[in-house]
This record gives sequence, C-alpha cells and structure tokens, in this order.
Amino acid sequence: MTDITKDAIAPPRSFLSQDALQVFYRLLAALLICAVLAVLSDSFLSLGNILNVLRQASLTFFIASGLTLVVLTAGLDLSVGANVALSACIAGTVIHKTGSPALGILVGLACGGIVGLLNGVMVTALRIPSFIATYGMLWVLNGLTYWYMAGETLHGFPAGFRQIGSGYLFGLPIPVYLLLVFLGIGTAFAQRTVWGQEIYAIGANPVAARLSGIPVARRLLLVYVVSGTMAGLASIIFLSRLNSAEADIGESLTLPAIAAVLIGGTSLFGGVGTVFGTFIGALILTLVLNGMNLLSVSANWQPLVTGIIVILAVWLDMKTRRRAQ
Amino acid sequence: MSTAMLAIEPSPPVPLLELRGISKEFPGVKALDDVSFAVFPGEVHMLLGENGAGKSSLMKVLCGAYRADAGEFYHRGDKVAIDSTADARKLGIAVIFQEFSLVPHLDIAQNIFLGREPKGRIPGTIDRRKVLANARRVLGTIGFDIDPSTAVDKLGVAQQQMVEIAKAISQKARILVMDEPTAALSDRETELLFALIARLKADGVSIVYISHRMAEVFALGDRITVLRDGRRIDGVRPAEVTPDQLVRMMVGRNVDMTYPRNFADKPGELLLEVKGLTASTGISDINIEVRRGEIVGLCGLVGSGRSEVARAIFGADAVTSGEIIFDGKAISGEPDLAARRGIALIPESRKSEGLALLRSVSDNLVVSALRKLFPSGLFDQRSAQRTSEGLIRQLRIATPSARQTVGLLSGGNQQKVVIGKWLAAGSKLFIFDEPTRGIDIGAKSEIFALIDRLVAEGAAALMISSEQIEICHVCDRAYVMREGRIAGHLTRSELTEENIVRLGMHHA
Repeated sequence: MTDITKDAIAPPRSFLSQDALQVFYRLLAALLICAVLAVLSDSFLSLGNILNVLRQASLTFFIASGLTLVVLTAGLDLSVGANVALSACIAGTVIHKTGSPALGILVGLACGGIVGLLNGVMVTALRIPSFIATYGMLWVLNGLTYWYMAGETLHGFPAGFRQIGSGYLFGLPIPVYLLLVFLGIGTAFAQRTVWGQEIYAIGANPVAARLSGIPVARRLLLVYVVSGTMAGLASIIFLSRLNSAEADIGESLTLPAIAAVLIGGTSLFGGVGTVFGTFIGALILTLVLNGMNLLSVSANWQPLVTGIIVILAVWLDMKTRRRAQ
Repeated sequence: MSTAMLAIEPSPPVPLLELRGISKEFPGVKALDDVSFAVFPGEVHMLLGENGAGKSSLMKVLCGAYRADAGEFYHRGDKVAIDSTADARKLGIAVIFQEFSLVPHLDIAQNIFLGREPKGRIPGTIDRRKVLANARRVLGTIGFDIDPSTAVDKLGVAQQQMVEIAKAISQKARILVMDEPTAALSDRETELLFALIARLKADGVSIVYISHRMAEVFALGDRITVLRDGRRIDGVRPAEVTPDQLVRMMVGRNVDMTYPRNFADKPGELLLEVKGLTASTGISDINIEVRRGEIVGLCGLVGSGRSEVARAIFGADAVTSGEIIFDGKAISGEPDLAARRGIALIPESRKSEGLALLRSVSDNLVVSALRKLFPSGLFDQRSAQRTSEGLIRQLRIATPSARQTVGLLSGGNQQKVVIGKWLAAGSKLFIFDEPTRGIDIGAKSEIFALIDRLVAEGAAALMISSEQIEICHVCDRAYVMREGRIAGHLTRSELTEENIVRLGMHHA
C-alpha cells in the first residue's frame, strides 16, 4: 500500500529522458547565441566564419571529450593541457628526426596514453585523489617539456602532415571530419558499450558499483588512458595546424576544456552527462569567443564571460535536476 | 515543607535523574514506548537489551541528541527539560560513546578543555600553562598518570577512553553514560576501568552502563534495567536474578509473525566452504559451510563481525589468511571476481552501498549483469529495459516504469531492485546483510518468499539479521558470532532466540 501512495507522488517521467532534455536545452542555447550573433554581425553567418568556429571548437572538443569520461567517474584530469604540450613536442621531434609523420602521430598518441596511464595508476593503485594526482602531473609534464625543449621551437613539418590540421576535404576542414568521427565514437562508447555503462555506474556511486561486481579500478584506469590518448590526438592536430611546437602551448588548453565539459552538463559529482553535451559546450564556448571577436569586444573580457557562462550553466543544471527529484 | 518531610521519613532517596513515560517514534518504528528510568546518586545502572531494544535511543534522549516525543524528566526531584545536548550537559550528563569524539592530533589537555580553554592575558589567546595545570588536576582525580601534552593519536583505546572520562569529569558530569566501554579493552585495561568506576561511584558520580557481557552486569551493577522492543521490561537488582532469567527478559516473544518457508528434506551439495578465514577487519578463524537449498543464518550482536564475514567472502575486504572455496574452486580477489563466479552481496546499507540512487530502476537492475546480457561488450538500452521489465514483473517491484529514478521508490521496492540485479546476473549464493532493515511487514514477507523460492531452485543464502525471530523462522541452521569469531552453530531444532542470545553474549 505504502508503495503505491509513494509512487503516486513521484513526478511522472517526461517523454524525453533527463539527459536528452539537458542536451536539448543546450542546443537551444547554442542556436540562440547564433541567432543573436547573426543579427548583430554581418560576417557571422559567412561560411568561412562558421567553418572557423567548428575548427576551433574541435580542438577544445578533442581534449574535453576524453575529460568528459573522467568527470563522469567523479574525477578530474588537470594534466590534459600539459600532456598536449609534451606529446606535441615529442611527436614533432620524431617527425623531424625520422621524417615520418605516421611514426610521429603514433608516438604522440602513445605519449598521451602513457601519461594517462600514469594518472590512472596514481588514482587507482596509490589512491591519490584525481584532482591532486593530475595537478601534480601537470607540473611534472611542464617541467619535462621545458627541460626537453630548452627554449627551442620546433618548426616546419611536411605538407602532408600539415593537411591534418589545416587541410580541406570537399570544402570542409579536416578537423571538422575528425570532430564528427570522435563525437560519434565518444557517444557510442559512453552510451552503447558495457564499459560506458560501467563508467556511469561508477560515477553515480563508486561503492555500490564495486559491490555490484564492476571492476572499478580497471575501468578508472581505462578512463584516464582514454583522456590521455585524446590529449595526444589533440597534440597532433595542434602540431599540424600551427606547424610548430613550443613548451608553453598547453597552458591555455586545460581550463577551456573543463569549461566545455561543465557547460555541456556533465556533473563534477559524477554519473551525469554526455559526450554530445560536451560538444555543445565546446561549441557554445567557441561561439561566444567568436562573437566577441566579431563585435570587436576586447579579448580581456573573454575569461570573465567564460566564467559567467560556466557558473550559469551549472546552476541551471542543479536547479532543473533538483526539480526532477 | 519537603525537607521537613524528608527529615521525618528517611526512606527512598531522591533519584539524581528520573525519566517518566519517555516515548520516541521514528517513521514506522516506536523506538521508545513509555519508558521510565531512574538513576540514583553513586550507583551503576546497567542497561540491557538486544539489538534494537531501544538502548541507544534512550541514551540519545538522555544526552539530548534526540528529543522525546512524550515524557518528563526530573533532576533531584525537580521537573526539567532536556531539549538539547546543552541542556543535558547543564544537568551534568555526559556520554562516552564507543566511537570517541576526541581530536586525534591535539594533545590530551587540549582535548579535555576543547572550546573551554582558560583565556590568556592577551585577548584571543589561550593560557597554555593553565590548560596543562588544569588537565593535570583532572587526570589526577581519576588516577590517570600521564603527561597531558601527549598527542591523543599516540594513545591506545583504553587511554583515549580515560581522556574522554577526564573530559566529562572536567565538565562536572554527575551522570556518566557509557556505551559498551569494555568492548575494545583487554582484561587488564578492563580491570583498570572497573577500578575507576568504583572511584567515581565513591565520589557520588552515577554511571549508566550499557553492556552485552553478563559477567560485567553482575560484577558492576547496582541495578539492572532490561529493555525490549522499546519498552522497559523490568528493573531488578543483580542479587535477585540469574543470567538465564535476564536472557529470557531480553528475548520475549512476538507470536504473530510468520514467514513462508518450505524446508527441503535434505540439503543439496556443498556450495560455499570457508576455512579459517581471517581478515584485518577484526574477524578470525571463521569456518562456515553453505549448501544448495539452504538458508544459513549468521547471527550475533551488532559489531560481532557478521558484516565483515560477508564482505570478506565477497572480496570487498582483504583477507589475511584462510580459504574460501566456492562451487568446488578456491576464490580470492576483488568483488568483480566473486560476482562473476556467482556470489551476490545484498549489503546492509542499500542506499549507500546497494544502489545508484540517481540512476533509473533499469540501470540499477542490469548493472551486475552487463557482461552476461551483452557478451559482445555492446550495450543495448532497449534490451536492458526489456530485461528490467521482466524483473519488475517477477519481483513485483512497484514502479511506474523501468525508467523511474530508483531513489524515488520505497525501501521495500529498493531492496527488491538490489536483489533483482543479482537475479539478472544469475547468482548462485546470495549473501543478505540485514535484508529487512527499514522495510514494512508486507514487503518483508515478500522478500522472504523470494529467498525461499531462490533456494528451492538450487541457489543458497547466507543471511545476516539482527531480528533473531526472522533467523529462527526462515533459516535451516545458523552460526552465531561473538567478537569476530564463530561462537557456535545451531541446528534447526536448536534454533531459538534464547540460544542465539546465549551464544552471542559473554558469560562469566
């Protein structure tokens, strides 16, 4: 009897699931920003500008997509930016020394993945909170990169390699294709694999996940390796796009990636969020910056606006979620 | 007027503290029902009862942590109110909990006077010398010879307990409530504690002493109050009763409870064999056997190591020595291995350990069966939902849909979800840790019917419960634990509440 009355009070589930609803709101917000910018600026709707926005969003997205998985487990990876820098410098060196872009790409991905593995080992085997483990890793990687580069800049890569970051295929930048591919892979991994489901379960309640027979340590390891490998991928695209590598290229990457994850609706407490949401998050972030550029707003205002958007997005999420419960 | 009367009639002394008709209700449970209780100056008052009899609730009412729904308090004959811990402290009531409330990295003196430090000459400072001197004096009155600047985390359990007592005495406590104070003490330390209690008594301090050890009850007690199901059963003096009589008072009978159980004629093959299992969580040399078709009880007092045995078998806690043989093969490792082999744990705290409350019923139902349902590693939401809907029907889980957030279901239905996830996984051995806690009676018998059906189909169950009556009704046999060890084994015919309590308690 008590069951029936209790369930009668519970709010009915709407047609869309909570996750789908959250993504829907974000798409709406992104479209709204587009509409406003289209009215305010003539050049916003030009093909060149839109492709530029997508290309820029793709860089943030590559880093942020791996990070999304980490955040889904209620962890954080602060080392992604530093990882991009180290991986780019090492991959660049390999290409210079061997002349083989393929080998360079492999080494760059591997370097990112190994850093991720080390993060994962610190979090699982040594039980260091991910926030601290990856924060320490950030410094270690920065130190390694600065020592390795010794103030030098790597410059000039084969034309074929540079196509990855700046080339076009059927009128679309190649990074945009990569964006679509990894958006598909990331979404499928999170929603359509057993591992993805286990990652959500771990984030929602790590104790219950372990006592439900999920190999929590192995899945966490996986998540950090994926995050690191995605940073490795971002490093390759970065390298090919800029046609150069320096020790400090990673410093402005981590915080925007975290912003994209949060604006995208993934909860820092774990268990809630989507890779697609992160894509929209990266898009919103890029759109706002792009709009400010087009409207000639000083770049000094950009961090402030980013901060406000992050706080607003998380606050609205918490409000709607509380109402749902 | 009253003093004159007392002068003429020298009889009954006025209680230091008296509780009359105390009741305390929680949703679904009457924790205390019209309990009266008096403490006289300089006496040791033993409080006895099974798990859930109401001892903790009474203690919490006494120290102001709970507010009584009904009842009156009298302090030296004057009516008073205990609405907060501050009220209790003003009346001189202090509680020494089993979990001490000391700050580990502060020293003894700082802990004793925490928040009440004598002020230094400069505003905002503390007169450290005075703190130490005062601490030394308080420690002296209880006969504890130690340097008050020793850090508390360097002390053993017994010494920390002394610091707690010193802290209470420094706050001018006249009534000390002690919750199983000897539970973690060695024999020698226990003797020292008893000496201190005698000393406090001589100073007129009253002690309310909760114990599960018969020997202590008779060695220390001036008076005994027995609680059962939230009611005061009797108040006696140790000289008037025998240990057996006390056990009978604690147990009592609730006759109108029956649970469905079809006992098998003979048990099936051996499924679980635990040999000499020892773990750092405090259990040692555990030997248990469970056969297919059996429900085996694991009883004992709270804290006797029952849950720790369950966790060790499931791989949730590391095992230091011993063997676990499941279905003919040795098993050791993390819970994912145990789960894959066919062991299921339905943990005690279903909200924090059993469920992801914010996820859907469906997500929770399939979480342990993901590998089995999707051997290719590719997950299909629709197929998961179909499996869940089957389980929802089979277990009669009351939910509007498989997509409902599991945290919104009632306790009984949440418990069914926790059991359901192991049904989906095809488990063979179900370890239940307090499966009926916080569940209404209707859902209880449903859950027992479900367990009965499971074992009839060839599975087996190991069931921990503090409700001895449940164990007696549904179990084929039971092990009784005491202080981390198996204290005894009871066959079906020996399985009575008295026998469980007798084995679970300490005797002289």
